[in-house]
Amino acid sequence: MSENMCTLEMKDISIEFPGVKALNNVNFTMRSGEIRAVVGANGAGKSTLMKVLAGANETYTGDIFIDSQHYELRTPRAAKDLGIELVYQEVDTALFPYLTVGENIMFNSIVTGMKGRAMIRWRKINKSARDILRQLNMDIDVTRKMSSLTLAQKQMVLIARAVREQCRFLILDEPTAPLSLGEVAELFRIVKELASKKNVGIIFISHRLPELFQICQSLTVMKDGQVVANRTVDSSLTVQDIVNLMLGRSFEENFPKIPAPIGDVVIEAEHLMDGEGKVRDVSFSIRSGEIVGVCGLVGAGKTELCKLLFGANRMGAGTVRYKGKPISVHSPTSAVRQKIALVPEERRKEGVLVSEPVYFNLSAACLGKFANRFSFIVRSLEIANAKKLVGDLGIKTPSVYQRVKYLSGGNQQKVAVGKWLTSDSDIYMLDEPTKGVDVGAKRDIFQLIQSLAKQGKAVLYASSEINEILAITDRLYVMYNGEFVTELETHKTTEEEILYYATGGRK
Amino acid sequence: MARTTKNSAARGAVTGFLTKWASIIALIAIFGFFALKMPQLFLTSSNMITILRSISVTTIIAIGLTVTLAVGGFDLSSGSMATMSGALVISFFVWYQMNMWLAIPLAITATMALTLITMFLIVKCKIPDLLATLAMMFMLDGLSLTYSGGGAVSEGMPRFDGTPTIGKIPRMFKDMGQAPAIIIIMIVIVIIIHIFLTYTKYGRYIYAVGGNKEAARLSGIPVNRYRIFAGMLSAVFIGLGGVLVASRNMSAQIQGAAGYAMPAISAVFIGRSVAGADKPNAFGTFIGASLVGILENGLIMMSVPYYSLNAVKGVVLAIALASTYYSSKSEG
Repeated sequence: MSENMCTLEMKDISIEFPGVKALNNVNFTMRSGEIRAVVGANGAGKSTLMKVLAGANETYTGDIFIDSQHYELRTPRAAKDLGIELVYQEVDTALFPYLTVGENIMFNSIVTGMKGRAMIRWRKINKSARDILRQLNMDIDVTRKMSSLTLAQKQMVLIARAVREQCRFLILDEPTAPLSLGEVAELFRIVKELASKKNVGIIFISHRLPELFQICQSLTVMKDGQVVANRTVDSSLTVQDIVNLMLGRSFEENFPKIPAPIGDVVIEAEHLMDGEGKVRDVSFSIRSGEIVGVCGLVGAGKTELCKLLFGANRMGAGTVRYKGKPISVHSPTSAVRQKIALVPEERRKEGVLVSEPVYFNLSAACLGKFANRFSFIVRSLEIANAKKLVGDLGIKTPSVYQRVKYLSGGNQQKVAVGKWLTSDSDIYMLDEPTKGVDVGAKRDIFQLIQSLAKQGKAVLYASSEINEILAITDRLYVMYNGEFVTELETHKTTEEEILYYATGGRK
Repeated sequence: MARTTKNSAARGAVTGFLTKWASIIALIAIFGFFALKMPQLFLTSSNMITILRSISVTTIIAIGLTVTLAVGGFDLSSGSMATMSGALVISFFVWYQMNMWLAIPLAITATMALTLITMFLIVKCKIPDLLATLAMMFMLDGLSLTYSGGGAVSEGMPRFDGTPTIGKIPRMFKDMGQAPAIIIIMIVIVIIIHIFLTYTKYGRYIYAVGGNKEAARLSGIPVNRYRIFAGMLSAVFIGLGGVLVASRNMSAQIQGAAGYAMPAISAVFIGRSVAGADKPNAFGTFIGASLVGILENGLIMMSVPYYSLNAVKGVVLAIALASTYYSSKSEG
């Protein structure tokens, strides 16, 4: 079956989440043997579209045809039966660490092909698995435990498993993000062979634009839940063209930035490293009243950098100075004492206590302020503070006694920021503060950040949303692969320039 | 659309009311059932005192567990820990002729020291609470038997190498485990821990850590310090529970307090939802322990053999756990 040429057609695919159109009448066509890139900014709808194709999103509307025959892809099983396989970015979710490579590759036939037999035929399984690996020129011992493999090898096992399943279309969701250069080259070789020899159609999602030119023949650009362009990848197409297609105009363009008076350097970092290579030789400084952006794609190391400065991740090397004096931040507790605040990216997991009420959250970072000398909490002070913050920040909640899990994402985020306002910190780090937040709440959060700067605080704004970085910051660093690749003045730069550096471009 | 919202809101209100007050409704129902069934036997003031006395030890150990569970931990070893504490306190009297004011604090301190090992396993070695305390339970069972020479310890009994003992268990120690004193101790402890968890900074931090360790850590709360602190606080009550068991028996029995571990865990889970707290809390724990105690008392009166009681108590624990996890899942 996989030898035959076939075409895949998705017509008028739409998906609606509460309040958002995640996909809006998307049309997508490709044929087997083709390697097609799907690119777009964060939230453009790439992953959602691929999930539809893999049967992981049953609520879509629209039609899917393979060789002009109509199919319903409402379950992952339905997609697999048609030979559509998705290799997720988190490879570990699809693998069994305690089983061998051979068992993992042959897993489906172990589950469904046993037909009343109870014993596993090791020799047969290992032989079939070895054959598949040999066809793909992969050099992995089939008897090894899955857990002993590197990330790149795990990806290959997943690809091998997909091939074994008579795969016709293989979706790779950001496969190169965690790989080293050598591993990327190896992956590309295998992908090309799959397309040319086995006639598999490959859909390749990546944020690293330069690499698309090495491997893809065609390209689909998505933006705001729609397909904005389909192109052939040839010498007439440049990274700059793709960047222009990906970008759009939005709310951030119209946000009035009011510059705050800029004072002395509050925090300075030199040659910061973490132990794991996620933050590599980062140096920067922030002055009081200044909003400094750290812009980079997902996985560039922004979160790791924030956590490092906050003492939540271990510092490998480097120095941090607060108003000229070297400080040591070895735990979040010591960071708070040294007037550093962090609004973490994973709001519900790290930023707020979802099952506790609003007032509880708003005082969690500086409870000492509301306790008398016997450590009893003075409830009236605490509630008054919470009410004031709810008013100031425009947190929409029936009362300060409401549990945070019942608030909307934007209001939860305001709580996560609000808890630091009473702590009188000097340095505020915000990691993707507008993730999953509606436009109204985004404006409120922006205004809040500006008012912090006006009070003379130093603000670090980490985001992968270039529009936001341009709208709110005074100065910015672009992060790529754990490093600060360049420093730019916000009013002198453009989205194109930032995206160029953020996707791996060099001076 | 609007209609389903309305319906589900109404349904939510009803289930909300039920989960808030289910434990107390169950408590009243069970009490009422026994009162109607056996008015002469069950509904007497002396039996009420018996019930209160019999739930005292469970409640005190359960208060220790309340603190452990509030910080997000778990403890299977409380019964074995209490047994150890009981063996120590009796041996201090009988073997070393200590007075009460030394023996009891020393036994409790020893319990805290042993709990420090538990906390080392959990916090430093990063063993999940359930498994670490399972190992501790095993260890402590052997340790307390080794300490007592493989048997019980009581007044006038020679030591296992044959040396006669002359130490006496003080009269006052006996009174401690009797009706007014033990009930007063229990009530005072419930009130103190309720105030501690609800109104102090430390209690607040314990709940914050229990609610979400990562968010608490990123709020600057020294998470591990509070986990250890909660363990130590819990050890005080578990140690005291063991001392009271010894006082009631006037001796240290093999596995003397082992039977309290599961009812104590049940008490915390039954009390978790009381008055909509939705987290382990001292008052709820008291309600939970009362429910278990009344059930036990009433069933014995109805001539259910004592060896079958665990089956009933197990069902109660299962129901309490089901209500906790079912409701938290549906909210998820």
